[in-house]
Formats: sequence, C-alpha cells, structure tokens
Amino acid sequence: MTDVIENTIEMEEDTQKGRYLTFSLGQEIYGIEISYVTEIIGIQAITKIPELPEYVKGIINLRGKIIPVMDVRLRFRKEPKEYNDRTCIIVIEINKTSIGLIVDSVAEVLKIPEGEIVEPPQINKGYNRYIKSIGKVGNDVKLLLDCEKLLSEEELDDLNDVV
Amino acid sequence: MQDHTQEPLLEMFIFETVQLLEQLEQLVISIEKSGFFDQDAINEIFRIMHTIKGSSTMMNIGSISSVAHSVEDLFYILRENKTSGFDQSKVSDIILESIDFIKEEVRLLDSGVSNNGDAGPLTGKIRNFISEISGQQDNRQSTTADGTEEQEYTEGSNDTNRQENLKTYSSVIFFDDDCGMEGMRAFSLIHNLKDIASDISHIPENLTSDADTDTIIRNSGLKIRFMTEHTYEEVYNFLSQTIFLKKVELTETTDVAAGETDDSRNKGNDESRGENDSRLYGQTELRSVDPQQNVRSNDVSGRLSASQHSIVSVNVAKLDKLMDLVGELVISEAMVTQNPDLEGLTLDNFQKAARQHRKIISELQDIAMSIRMVPLSATFQKMHRIVRDMSRKLDKDVRLEIIGEETEVDKNIIEHISDPLMHLIRNALDHGIEPKEERRAKGKPVTAVVTLEAKNAGGDVLIIVKDDGRGLNRQKILARAKENGLVSRPDSELTDKEIFSFVFLPGFSTKEKATEYSGRGVGMDVVAKNIGVIGGNVSLSSVEGEGTAITIKIPLTLAIMDGMTIAAGGHKYTIPTLSIRESFKAKETDVFQDPDGNEMIMIRGECYPVLRLYEVFKLDTCVTNISDGIIVMVENQGKCICLFTDELIGEQQVVVKALPDYIKKFKKVRGVAGCTLLGDGSISLILDIGGLVEYGA
Repeated sequence: MTDVIENTIEMEEDTQKGRYLTFSLGQEIYGIEISYVTEIIGIQAITKIPELPEYVKGIINLRGKIIPVMDVRLRFRKEPKEYNDRTCIIVIEINKTSIGLIVDSVAEVLKIPEGEIVEPPQINKGYNRYIKSIGKVGNDVKLLLDCEKLLSEEELDDLNDVV
Repeated sequence: MQDHTQEPLLEMFIFETVQLLEQLEQLVISIEKSGFFDQDAINEIFRIMHTIKGSSTMMNIGSISSVAHSVEDLFYILRENKTSGFDQSKVSDIILESIDFIKEEVRLLDSGVSNNGDAGPLTGKIRNFISEISGQQDNRQSTTADGTEEQEYTEGSNDTNRQENLKTYSSVIFFDDDCGMEGMRAFSLIHNLKDIASDISHIPENLTSDADTDTIIRNSGLKIRFMTEHTYEEVYNFLSQTIFLKKVELTETTDVAAGETDDSRNKGNDESRGENDSRLYGQTELRSVDPQQNVRSNDVSGRLSASQHSIVSVNVAKLDKLMDLVGELVISEAMVTQNPDLEGLTLDNFQKAARQHRKIISELQDIAMSIRMVPLSATFQKMHRIVRDMSRKLDKDVRLEIIGEETEVDKNIIEHISDPLMHLIRNALDHGIEPKEERRAKGKPVTAVVTLEAKNAGGDVLIIVKDDGRGLNRQKILARAKENGLVSRPDSELTDKEIFSFVFLPGFSTKEKATEYSGRGVGMDVVAKNIGVIGGNVSLSSVEGEGTAITIKIPLTLAIMDGMTIAAGGHKYTIPTLSIRESFKAKETDVFQDPDGNEMIMIRGECYPVLRLYEVFKLDTCVTNISDGIIVMVENQGKCICLFTDELIGEQQVVVKALPDYIKKFKKVRGVAGCTLLGDGSISLILDIGGLVEYGA
C-alpha cells in the first residue's frame, strides 16, 4: 500500500517515470521507457533501401516525415516472422532521431517501481547488451531495453559481421 | 560576451559588420577604378568605419574597434583636409588590409573562438601613415589620431565656432533592463554624441564598464547635458538610434543649471514611450539645418530606415521548414484531389474548387521558392577584390567584367559556388592571362579582360568564366595525360572536348611551377567536385591564343526538381529528368554480354553498358526479359549508361528530401541520392545517377 502512495507522489513529479511500454517478441516480453515513445502505428508499406544491414527494413512516410524502421526481431538475430495485422511499429525518438521499431505486438503500458528492477546477469555473448535491466511484474519478467544501444551499436555489429 | 543573452546581439553584429565590410570593399575597388577618392566616397568610408567602430565598441571587441577607429581617424583627416595630395593606392591598401583584419576577427567570433587578434601593428601602420600625410597639420588632428580614447568626456568639441545657433538640451537615457554593460553603452553613446554636440557633460561622470557605473545607469539612467545647433527632432532621433534603448527623455533647456536634468522630463517623456518600439526605424524626414554638418547623421538614419523597412533577415532553417511544408502541401493536395475514392464520380463543383486550390498552392510554392533565391551579385562582386589583388601581384593588367549578376539562384547553391568561382578566376589570371610583354608582342590589348557571366537557361543557371588569355595548349595537356596514363586511345580519336576534360582530373596541372595562387594541381578537380555536389557540371572550351571559357551549369534549386518516376521490382524510383537522355524499348538481341557477364547495348553505333536496376538494388522482379521492360539512358558528366527498368510511371515535380540520418550513418548508400514523397503518399528513392554511372562504368 505504501508503494502505491509513493508512486502517486512520484507520478506527480513525473508522470512518465517508471512507466514502460511492453511489447512481445516471440515468447519474451520487452519494455522500453515510455518517455522515448512518440507513437505506435500499424505496419505499413516500407520502402526498401539497398545495401543496408538486414535489420534496417527501410523507410516509411510518417505524415510527411521520413523515418527509418528497424525490425527488432532481426536486430536480436531471431527468426524473421511474416508481418500480420498484429505487427506494430513503435516510433521512438532518441537524441532527436526518430526511428520505428517493428515488433510482433504491443502489450500494455506498465508501471514498474524501481525496487522491482534488477541488473541483468553478466553474460558475455549475444544480444544481452541491449538489455538495460530486468523488471519483475508479478510472476512475469520484462526485459527492459536500452534504446540508445539499439541505435548506436551498428558499427560494432558491422565489425562482428566481418569477423 | 559569453553571456547567452548576448548571442542574438552578436549574431546581428556579425551580420551587419560583414555586410558593411562587403559594401566597403566594393566601394574601395570602385574607387580604385575611377582613380581618386572623391568627397562622397571619403564620407561613405568614414561613415561605415564609424558604424563598425560604434558597434564593435558596444560589443566590447577591442581589436575591431581600434582598427576601425584608426581608419576613421585617417578618413577624418582626409575629409577635413580636402587634399588630394596623398598616395591613393596606399590608402586603399590600408583600408583593404583593415577590412581583411576585421573580417578575420569576425570570422573567429562567428566560429566561437574568443577573438584575440592583435590590432597593434595595423593601427601603428595607419598612425604612421596619418602622421605622414597630415605632416604639418595642426595638432588638433594628431590627438584624434592617437588611437586611444580618453575616459574624460567633459570636454569641448572640435568646432564650437557657431555659438549663436547653439541650444542646450538635457536628456536622460535608460537602457533595456538586461542589456548589460550599461557603462560601455553610455560611453559609446557619448562618444557618438560628440559628433553632433558640444559641451557635453554627463552623470555619472566616469563611464567605464565597471559594475558601479552600470548600476547607477541602470537605476537612475544616464543624464546628459549638451549644446548643439541641431533641432529637437534631430537630436531626439539621434538618441533614439541607440542600441538597447529603453527610454529616452529629451528636453530643450534655456537655463544653464546643470544636474537638474531628471526633473525636466516633460516633453520627451510621452513621445518616447510611444516610440519605444519603433525606435529602430528612425525617421527619415530630418530637416537639415546645416547640410554640411548634418550630412552624416542624416545619411545614417536614412540608410537604416530604408534597409530595415524593406528587408527582414530570416533564419535559413525556418525557410527550409517552410519549403518542406509547402512541398508536403503539394503532395497532400494531390492526395486529396486524386484520391482513389473519387474515381468515377462526376464532381463538377469539387473539380472547380480543386483547380482553384491547386492554383493557389502552386503560387505559394513559387513564392516560397523565390524567398530562397538570392542574386549572384554579392558572390560576383567579391571577385573584384581577387582580380585586383592578383593583378597587382602578378603585374598583369586585368579588368573584370561582370554580366548578369542579378541572376538568382538558391541560397544553398550560392554557398557552394563561391569557392569554385574563386578558383576559376585565379586560374584565369594566373594561367590564362599572359604577362604584359607577351600580350604586347602578340598584338593583344595590354589590358586583359576576364568576363564573369551568369544567365538562365531553362531550369539551369549558367555561369561562364571567360578570359582572353593564351588558352589551353592541347598538346601539353595530351602529353601530360599520357604521362599520367590517362589516355587509352590513339590521339587522332580524341576530340578537343575530351582532351580538355582531363584538366578536371585530380592532380592535373600543366603549369610547371606552382604559384601562390594556383598550379598545385588541386584546382580544377576540386571545382568539378564541388559543382558536382550541387548537381551541376563544368565544361570547358578553349581556343589556343584566344582564351578559355569555363561554363558551370547549376540547377536553379536543390529543393525541388523534375523527376521521372519509374518502377523496378515493385518499388518506385525517381530519376532526375535532367539526366535522362532518352528511353526506349529494346529487343532481346540488342543486348550482348562480354566474357565477364557485363551487359552492353549498341545504339546508333555507340556502345553503352546496361545496368539492371533490380540487380543493383537486389530486388525480386518478374520483368527480367529486356523486351518486357524499358531502357532509360542516363547521362552524368558526359558518360552514359542504360538502366533497365520495369516501366515508366510518369514525370512530376518532386520535393527532394534527404534520407534519415540514421540511414546515412551506414556506409554511403550507393545509387540513392535522397527520397521523395509521391502523390499517393508512398516514398520513392531518388537515384544518384552519378553513383550509378560509376557503378556501371
């Protein structure tokens, strides 16, 4: 109960703090901080651009603004999946760069108090580096994404691809 | 100046100073041509330097203000003496040197470097020159010439010999609340006031920019008493022009009691409140009491008001935004009026309204475009200076002729052509024009002519740099090209045009010795590249012994272009119409392959490489038979390739948009120059023909 009261006070300070938009990618549920999210749109026609990494699908026209879209599945080296009417594009803005993230489906907006968030275990391989922390909600586990890494590590990726 | 509130002020200062300097530079160059400094010119230079000095003092930029001050002193003497017995060219050298100095300082300021240029040598030089020309002049002038400004201003003015007309005014001046440096501003105001008034006294007496003075002025205002022969309005206008002025109170007093100025705020008060906001505009209808004395203040306010009434400087980013919005409006108009839902309906009234709508939008588009258009004159005028400096240094007699400087091009483009033009002019002077003796021996007029011409040609602007020098030596270029292994065909097969185009290759200079100005072999290829960046191209024609003409072809604007929309593999692409030579259907048998699998086609006896767009972009398409699709022949810088596409969709004007930065962060996307929105809201990639031609070649 005290948690709830605390949260209300926090909310007054910053309504976006501690809130996460969760989406599913296969079995896992991921979350991103709501403050990054601009909007959520359905999947739409994507214009392909040649010679880009596989996970950058191309560009879309968002009301006159042209933004790139990234398939988060491919970014995490998961199996590609056909897009269907559940497929969503989450438009996020980081450091004034807008980008669309293609995800299987969007779940809900959750409040995860700070006490329920833990550091991810140290694993030295794979996509673990995109996970900032792990949130516990009831019995479920949500993987909280580090959006900035999602965007800024392609140089590293390219290097890995070469090796 | 680190204060952030000062930034717009600094920007304004830089903008104004640069303009003034350019004006001054042109003036000096034109004076040099006419051969002597007439009274008008001297007054004008004096005025400009005075303005620069004033504003730089205001901005607390010591180096600029001391240089401007010295030059002002010099011209003060020239103006007063009315002699013509001084070394004209030396004077113009001094001014130009000062201009360069101030320009450099302003540039540093603009780039955020704290300016620390040492004005000492330059001011010293000017001072020496002043003492040289003033010689036995009375020492009244040598005091003004000593370059430092005294702190004490309760002094008499230079000409107090018209006592009978003098009226005494008292005034209280308040600056804007947060302008800062009130002391400095007051100092500068008093200094300016000395030009029109005498017997100035003020409270506080000591006008330094320390905090005490600032506080006093902030709280109780700057109180001034002075005598002048100017009318009330004139003085009022003069004071109103002060930067950051919040309020000015001016009273004409008859009594001689000093210090009561703050009580006498009856007349000016109401007026000033009303005119606070309009103070910048000044008033032009000054009645001149004494034209001789008045000419300067009159001039200043006249110019200020004229320029500020008719011109607004706008941030380019806002213009870009406007352009973007108008572009989107055009697209959304198409989305509405050509909406698939309307198909098959007869909607007479709707169509009528839509037509009207379209007309207004296209007008709006034209206007938005025209806002961005800037005449080439400023860029062209800069070349005068280069020609002057170089012709002196190289001891060649060269006249620069400018034609069509009023031609307008997009602002973005102007920024890109200044450097290439400079290169070309330098080249023309250095390589093209022969030394005087050689010209004489050849029977050419000793004064060479370099022509800089601009004209509109369809959707392009042509800029031609022409000289009447020695022209290009075909043999020399050919020999040099062979040395560098650039020639793969027998000499007889090469046309003049092909040979001359070698000049545009990197590292190609036929001049044996590099000079200060050109000949390092980095000239022409840089020119070609810079022009290429803005979608233009450079061509060259030359007749040996008669001269060279270099033609730069640039598009009017980068923001909107005519494009041909084509389809390949289910995607739409746009090809700039300018680069399309032709399009045609080909038969399967027309296309043949070399052993490496490169496809080629023979058209009218010439062989061109064929590039299948779906292969370049790795797309799936059902159109793989040459006879099913259509071939578009595109050209870039004289090279042609054939693009094999699925179909042509249509031609339309498109608004060019850059790819998102995120996409550009990956290695440069080859073959794609940008993107655009089509009428149905879908995105079409604009093909980079230059890139594709390279890919295919």
